[in-house]
Amino acid sequence: MALMNMIQALNSALDVKLDQDPDTLIFGEDVGYFGGVFRVTEGLQKKYGLKRCFDTPISEGGIIATAVGMGAYGLRPVVEIQFADYILPAFDQLISEAARLRYRSGGEFTAPITVRSPYGGGIFGGQTHSQSPEALFAHVTGLKTVIPSNPYDAKGLLLASIECDDPVIFLEPKRLYNGPFDGHPDQKLSTWANSGDPKAEVPEGHYTVPLGKAEVVRPGSDVTVLAYGTMVYVAKAGIEEAGVDAELIDLRSIVPLDIDTIEQSVAKTGRCVILHEASRYAGIGGELSALVQERCFWALKSPIERVTGWDTPYPHAFEWDYFPGPKRLAQALKRTMENS
Amino acid sequence: MAANRLDLYVPEPLGRPGDTPSFGDLHLSAPGEIRRPDTREKEANMRDLPYGLIRVLDDEGHAVGPWAPHIPIEVLHKGLRAMLLSRAVDERFFRAHRQGKTSFYMKSTGEEAIGVAQSLMLGKGDMCFPTYRMLAWLMARDYPLAAYANHIFSNEKDPLQGRQLPILFSAKDYGFYSLSGNLGSRYGHAVGWAMASAYKNDDKIAIAYVGDGTTAEGNFHEALTFASVYHAPCILCVTNNQWAISSFSGIAGANETTFAAKGIAYGLPSLRVDGNDFLAVWAATEWAAQRARANMGATLIELFTYRVEGHSTSDDPTKYRPADEASAWPLGDPVERLKQHLIALGEWDEGRHTALIESLAEEVKAAIKQGEAIGTLGKSKPPVSEMFEDVFAEPDWRIIEQRKQVMEG
Repeated sequence: MALMNMIQALNSALDVKLDQDPDTLIFGEDVGYFGGVFRVTEGLQKKYGLKRCFDTPISEGGIIATAVGMGAYGLRPVVEIQFADYILPAFDQLISEAARLRYRSGGEFTAPITVRSPYGGGIFGGQTHSQSPEALFAHVTGLKTVIPSNPYDAKGLLLASIECDDPVIFLEPKRLYNGPFDGHPDQKLSTWANSGDPKAEVPEGHYTVPLGKAEVVRPGSDVTVLAYGTMVYVAKAGIEEAGVDAELIDLRSIVPLDIDTIEQSVAKTGRCVILHEASRYAGIGGELSALVQERCFWALKSPIERVTGWDTPYPHAFEWDYFPGPKRLAQALKRTMENS
Repeated sequence: MAANRLDLYVPEPLGRPGDTPSFGDLHLSAPGEIRRPDTREKEANMRDLPYGLIRVLDDEGHAVGPWAPHIPIEVLHKGLRAMLLSRAVDERFFRAHRQGKTSFYMKSTGEEAIGVAQSLMLGKGDMCFPTYRMLAWLMARDYPLAAYANHIFSNEKDPLQGRQLPILFSAKDYGFYSLSGNLGSRYGHAVGWAMASAYKNDDKIAIAYVGDGTTAEGNFHEALTFASVYHAPCILCVTNNQWAISSFSGIAGANETTFAAKGIAYGLPSLRVDGNDFLAVWAATEWAAQRARANMGATLIELFTYRVEGHSTSDDPTKYRPADEASAWPLGDPVERLKQHLIALGEWDEGRHTALIESLAEEVKAAIKQGEAIGTLGKSKPPVSEMFEDVFAEPDWRIIEQRKQVMEG
């Protein structure tokens, strides 16, 4: 075990995989010699050579198309899209090709690719470095969408994603790269190393965290809070502020979704608040809300609440007005308790 | 109007319905005229080639010039047979569509030399990333006709389990990559596939196709960029058949330059080839394949041809081009030209030709009957549970629940 931040944990996952599997290779913009703009691939080219970790043209569509072709050949490419905001030129490749190749070819060809991409806000990155596009991918059957919230999960989920035979969109909350963040931008920040968080303890070798298995981060009896990525730590703070006995679930992957853990929790608490950073309309919260309503209606004691980013483009100067912080969650939790 | 006012230019074809067909000044090179650089030649020394037209067969059916390939007679016979078979299959399935036996069909008429010559020239381990007008590739590799009929009819025995529109086929064992209706989206897959072969130190190469219209897609340029940057061992073809549904090639830029010339900007060796000349297609492919296998990277090949029929069963070409335009195509019919070559070699005659056409028609008829016996569209389909297979490697709870709902009605 070693103390790692999320960047080091992701780097360790890639290191382990490159070492174990000669069919795994990494490419993307600036990932080679430089090691990526967030340093996730640092040192890998030096250690494994040019062919295992190399730079690409600035062409997201080209990167994904190349990866799909390599996947069809039998390799397991892990590609980086520098920011999730830049993934849209590759949308056709992801949706019409990667997600559909197995189905439409009757299983003859598959695309076992992993697409890593830093995502989410809270870093004053403005509209083009802050968005949370997970719902766009979750809507497309054939793609898996994975979002870790801490170093331990990041490494285990990334290894599971690379080993998965389906294409995986692996979204890395960049606000969490260096330390946990509870949604209070004015407070002193801790690094993962000095946070005392047990999730900063990361095994050096190979392990996986299974896709589709949520984690109950905090057990509770009054209300279920569903969150993922950056919002897991925000949820912890919001629950404390509200002073309610909430059960906090870190979904860890949106597709596949751990519906059993969600159902069991809401059946117990009878209340549900969903928290995500992405804007609200047609977001993941809508789907989660529908599922909880369909499956737990008779257990519900109050309306399901969604706490989300607003339905605006990601606003630069208004970042903390947009960001669904602990205060907004605490208000929702109190409303939920009062409404029942 | 003041003299310096701007005016928007929108290109138009030379002929529309009712007009006399005209292809204008096509600058056709003479057979044998274009030089053949050594396969080790640098791209910078052959930038004249994208503006010429590699032709081998002359008007008498003789193979002339430096590109004349050495093809064994039995391969030429096989090629002619596969081209005729492809045409016979097209005829029957087009008719089957008109009889309501399938939802959709697309003919490759006039373009058969491309798929057949390249399929026979390349190796079993190589992979073709086709367009929807590449039936000939499969016919050259003896794809079972009855299985193909099952696909076109989307019946119980459809090799793609009823999941794909007819024609958008996949046949891995025949080196035929999964088709998609999104144009050009697999061009980059071919480059990635070829890069993977190089990464693994294998000897397999990829060949990919787009039409003239699809050269305008970003996919085309992205793939050329990656192929160029990483010296991907692949052959990137542009099948310029003059028409993209109802839009003539000028709408894709053909009035301004050749499609082959697009390769110059990427530093890719680029050839422009008479796509109706079996021998020229073979020779250009062989040249490009030799370079690819020698780690010299990709070649762009424009295959200059003509789409004789409509785009698909869903359009009527007489609504947008002169009805007799196909007969005015100056480079003839690929089947007739290979036939003429074989006759000139003393290896074929009219009697054998007619007999072959008749026997292929019978073969196709019998295969279609087998498919019909299983069922045509709507009369037979794979088990509905197949709808839920292969969405993921393993179904998640949604798929399992939804499959259960459908199965329990």
